[in-house]
Amino acid sequence: MPNPYLPYEAKIIERIQESPTLFTLRLRFTDPVIHKDFRFEPGQFNMLYLYGVGEVPISIVSDPQDEHMLDHTIRTVGRVTRGLAALKEGDRIGVRGPFGRGWPLAHAEQHDVVVVTGGLGCAPVVSVIHYMMRRRERFGLINIVQGVKHSSDFIWKERYDQWRKAPDTEVLVAADAGESLWPWHVGPVTGLFDDLKFDKDRVIIMMCGPEGMMRVVVKYMLAQGVDESAIWLSMERDMHCGIGHCGHCQYGGKFVCRDGPVFCYKEIVDLFGVKGF
Amino acid sequence: MSHSFYYMARDQLQALINELRARGYQCIGPQVRDGAIVYDSLADCTQLPRGISEHQSPGRYVLSENNSQRYFSWANGPQAIKPYVFAPRESLWRCEKDNTGQLRFTDLKPAPGPVAIIGVRACDLAALYIQDKHFLQEEKKDPYYLARRQKLFLVAVNCTHAADTCFCASTGDGPRASYGYDIVLSELDDGFLAHGLSDKGLELIKQLSTSPPTETQLQQADEEIQHAARRQTRRLPSRNLKQALFNNLEHPRWEEVAKRCLACGNCTSVCPTCFCHAEDEEPALDGSGSEYFRQWDSCFTQGHSYIHGITIRSTTAQRYRQWLTHKLGSWHDQYGRSGCVGCGRCITWCPVGIDITEEAAAICGENIDA
Ligand code: SF4
Ligand code: SF4
Ligand code: FES
Repeated sequence: MPNPYLPYEAKIIERIQESPTLFTLRLRFTDPVIHKDFRFEPGQFNMLYLYGVGEVPISIVSDPQDEHMLDHTIRTVGRVTRGLAALKEGDRIGVRGPFGRGWPLAHAEQHDVVVVTGGLGCAPVVSVIHYMMRRRERFGLINIVQGVKHSSDFIWKERYDQWRKAPDTEVLVAADAGESLWPWHVGPVTGLFDDLKFDKDRVIIMMCGPEGMMRVVVKYMLAQGVDESAIWLSMERDMHCGIGHCGHCQYGGKFVCRDGPVFCYKEIVDLFGVKGF
Repeated sequence: MSHSFYYMARDQLQALINELRARGYQCIGPQVRDGAIVYDSLADCTQLPRGISEHQSPGRYVLSENNSQRYFSWANGPQAIKPYVFAPRESLWRCEKDNTGQLRFTDLKPAPGPVAIIGVRACDLAALYIQDKHFLQEEKKDPYYLARRQKLFLVAVNCTHAADTCFCASTGDGPRASYGYDIVLSELDDGFLAHGLSDKGLELIKQLSTSPPTETQLQQADEEIQHAARRQTRRLPSRNLKQALFNNLEHPRWEEVAKRCLACGNCTSVCPTCFCHAEDEEPALDGSGSEYFRQWDSCFTQGHSYIHGITIRSTTAQRYRQWLTHKLGSWHDQYGRSGCVGCGRCITWCPVGIDITEEAAAICGENIDA
């Protein structure tokens, strides 16, 4: 049995600067067999290793069926990510994964979908949006809701414009504060909710971002009569091992790395929003 | 039952050690070091804590001499057998980078020889069972833990002396060793009753000079174990405390215990079931490579819940609550039982004498069994 702690070498085949603090690394395992056999689901993550510095969990954003790409969109927030940001095409890193449970995509087919994100370019849901857009006919109405603090934090504008053109797809963006030419809503993301179109009995809600924002969304959806089991969230906790051993990501009786990072609200309802867990 | 017990005179313990050593086992056994009984390499019975008693109470542990000829007339010291399977610090792999920037990873999984631990108590066997569940779960087995675990041979000893801090009878984990060992011994005044559980254990006993035990010896051994159970005054309910704890997340006791707790993490490092560890990187000073290692961590540290500039458990009250609600509550979700085996170590080795049984009772309501 392979050692789940041991990384494999991967090469950076492309580096894309998405915003001042956000970049994407497109990777390829140097061992072609490993690359070919690598399978993942949207919402799962890899541990990326920077030589001499350490590991960091990063969500995979590319499409699971696109075997040429293995993309990781990374925000520079700590030692390892700052180091990764300095790498160039051709540089090598270590990769082990994929870990965790991804989005309930099979379950979401034939349903309306509402994707809500907050904060800076939320990688875990970008993967799921891409996935649905490529398989547009399998899903009902799709609503994409993105909230940012300031309009200048809004990245991937072209992608949003493109998604908006897809049939039966609603794209709603809000900034707490905006510049004069900001075409979208100014104010909290909740101000957009009444524009959402979905059938509350046949909808799947997927979200990621700050827990405060997710709490507000959960409350709103429950008030609309959406069932607890139809709400899914991607949680973030400190992770060292990625395989349910080190204990850092514990969330009550769950390991975010193994039982999540995507959880059904129903599974975490008792602890969600309780400070200190 | 009685037919599977063998009586052996006291000198046969040395014969057992010799047999194990002859089979290539490194023997580990309890010994007095710096005023406490801990495990260390064992070649000779004279190294064992013969004629030693220990006295434990919250925040206190002292040894004294008695004039008994017995080797095991004391209750567990600070160290469980945990370090022999889950190392306090170990390297996981090494990475080398050549001048073209290519990375080469080398697995540093240990290849230990066989190890026999002598004197393992019931609570620690229960803790080992729990750690096996944690590290060797179906999907992702921990290769480092597994490498050591597979090489262990365990000689258990039934407890005849319970410390004031012991409460294994209430958690159902002792004082009798009932599973998970190769051989179990019951110590008598002039020798031992031995029982083999595994084939290897049975085969070893057959190499020793034994005789069938008398009815009196069997009764005596049994009575001494029961005595160790009766002596215990502390208790935790064996039932699932999860609901009771999670219903009381805002109980004022959390703040109250936090005023006493130093957040030193002693409780988690002596606890035989705690599994938290941190991973980190240590580049070689000469630039020849980098080693990735892990070491024990504690939910009482600031760093344990740190993520992107936020500490999720910034107060001691939140950290004590995390430890207790996990150990006695959410552990049930993860491993189908409580994470406490009643060894009492966290009580004895807490510098300020915080008592898990008292805190659980205060938080879950005085009538903890109701
Ligand atoms: S919680 Fe305390 S008494 Fe229970 S197993 Fe851990 S150290 Fe022993
Ligand atoms: S309960 Fe006691 S041993 Fe544990 S962290 Fe607090 S002071 Fe230290
Ligand atoms: S990251 Fe180690 S247990 Fe989840």
